[in-house]
Amino acid sequence: MESRLRVLLLIAASLPLSGCALWPFGGDRGEAADPVEATSAEGTAPAVVEPGVVRREIDVPEIETSDFEVGPYVGTFSTEDFGVNPVLGARLTYHISEDFFAEALVGRTEASRTSFERLSGGADLLTDSERTLTYYNLAFGYNLFPGEVFVGRRRAFNSAFYVTAGVGSTKFAGDDRFTVTVGAGYRLLLNDWLVAHLDVRDHMFEIDLLGSNKNTHNLETALGVTVFF
Amino acid sequence: MRITPKLGTLLILALASGWAHAADDRRGDDEGRYVVVSVADPYLELHTGPGRGYPVFHVVPRGQQVDVLMRRTDWFKVRDERGREGWAHRRSMLRTLLADGTPLDLGDPERRDYSRDPWEAGAQSGDFGGGNVNTAYVGYSLNEFLSAEVSASQVLGRASNAWLGTVGLVHTFRPDWRVAPFVGLGTGVVRIEPKATIVAPVDRTEQIGYVGAGAKYYLSRRFVFRGDYRRYVIFTERERNEVRDEWKVGFAFFF
Repeated sequence: MESRLRVLLLIAASLPLSGCALWPFGGDRGEAADPVEATSAEGTAPAVVEPGVVRREIDVPEIETSDFEVGPYVGTFSTEDFGVNPVLGARLTYHISEDFFAEALVGRTEASRTSFERLSGGADLLTDSERTLTYYNLAFGYNLFPGEVFVGRRRAFNSAFYVTAGVGSTKFAGDDRFTVTVGAGYRLLLNDWLVAHLDVRDHMFEIDLLGSNKNTHNLETALGVTVFF
Repeated sequence: MRITPKLGTLLILALASGWAHAADDRRGDDEGRYVVVSVADPYLELHTGPGRGYPVFHVVPRGQQVDVLMRRTDWFKVRDERGREGWAHRRSMLRTLLADGTPLDLGDPERRDYSRDPWEAGAQSGDFGGGNVNTAYVGYSLNEFLSAEVSASQVLGRASNAWLGTVGLVHTFRPDWRVAPFVGLGTGVVRIEPKATIVAPVDRTEQIGYVGAGAKYYLSRRFVFRGDYRRYVIFTERERNEVRDEWKVGFAFFF
């Protein structure tokens, strides 16, 4: 019914325009070819052909993505032969998928004196600046056991136990040393963006301080906070 | 008592100043702030967390609307009309409709779309002329085949350490293959720091040039395993140039 009416109206509207195609000053062809608009402008026919449905123009906001985590950590670093000392570090993590993530770490600690140095009384192996240990590390992680923890009846927090493996460099005792790390950690999401971490990492590097090369294991334990963004 | 978590939030926000947008999430008025979609499937499953193992605690029936609050990896946090919040997978979200009746377009097809995610960043490790090398790099796709890359490497050798910085171009022959081979060409500088035990060590900075080849293996849409071979020429100030071979492997992602 409606389409028949429309056809009739179109015919009615196009009648006064039938000569217009030959109009020498027509200008824009597109305009002239639109009988409805031309008609209503001239007012010779009722402007009944209005678009029945207005297309909803929706402005879709961007969905906020938060795959990155950044934050500091503090803990203890056990430098083999050089005692256990506080460590301060920072991490940047990118979550590639629900299973995998990549992280970059930087950290700094001070090594204390070896028992040899203490017992010999004065024969220091390292200067003070050589005793500062700094490292960087690029690691990949796998969320081995994602899960939830429940606190009381009403609260549940998402969590994950993860393992990491990475490579990097450790500056210690006057040299940069190629370092391989393996680690495990626990992530507790306090809300959508605030995360608490507990990490244990083994930094493995070779050191030739006493003449021969020696592979050392340096264990780090750290508590950290990160913010998702 | 109810104010305590908010106070805690404010405190932490004050500490981590700069994460202002995080506070925005708690803003009451969010009209027009979120993408609103309606469920076109028989139902939309809401999980308690952003992972396949988290249990489904609620289903939103067909026709109802949900606000899309945020995205983490392939999971979307949504809120239904009654204020329940849960996580839905990308696959399910692709079958929801926007207010104009069109499907939600997340713009990330199964294959990498270089125009949407032109950046590539990665880390590699391997062998450089007998020493260990660690590399971090960032690339930018100029088109489907060609990208420009900047890299920083640290070489840890027995006799000397070195830092390398390079800029170069990479041409990927078949970006549509799962294993995509590429060749590269570039230049840069190297700073060589001989170890103190060598007689009369002098640090030196030299210009370098390289040619390279390698392959990327697509583990997922945004994640690749990448292996590189590069042959470097170090343009020394001495009589002859030095040549070094480098092999390295690592991972990279697109963003």
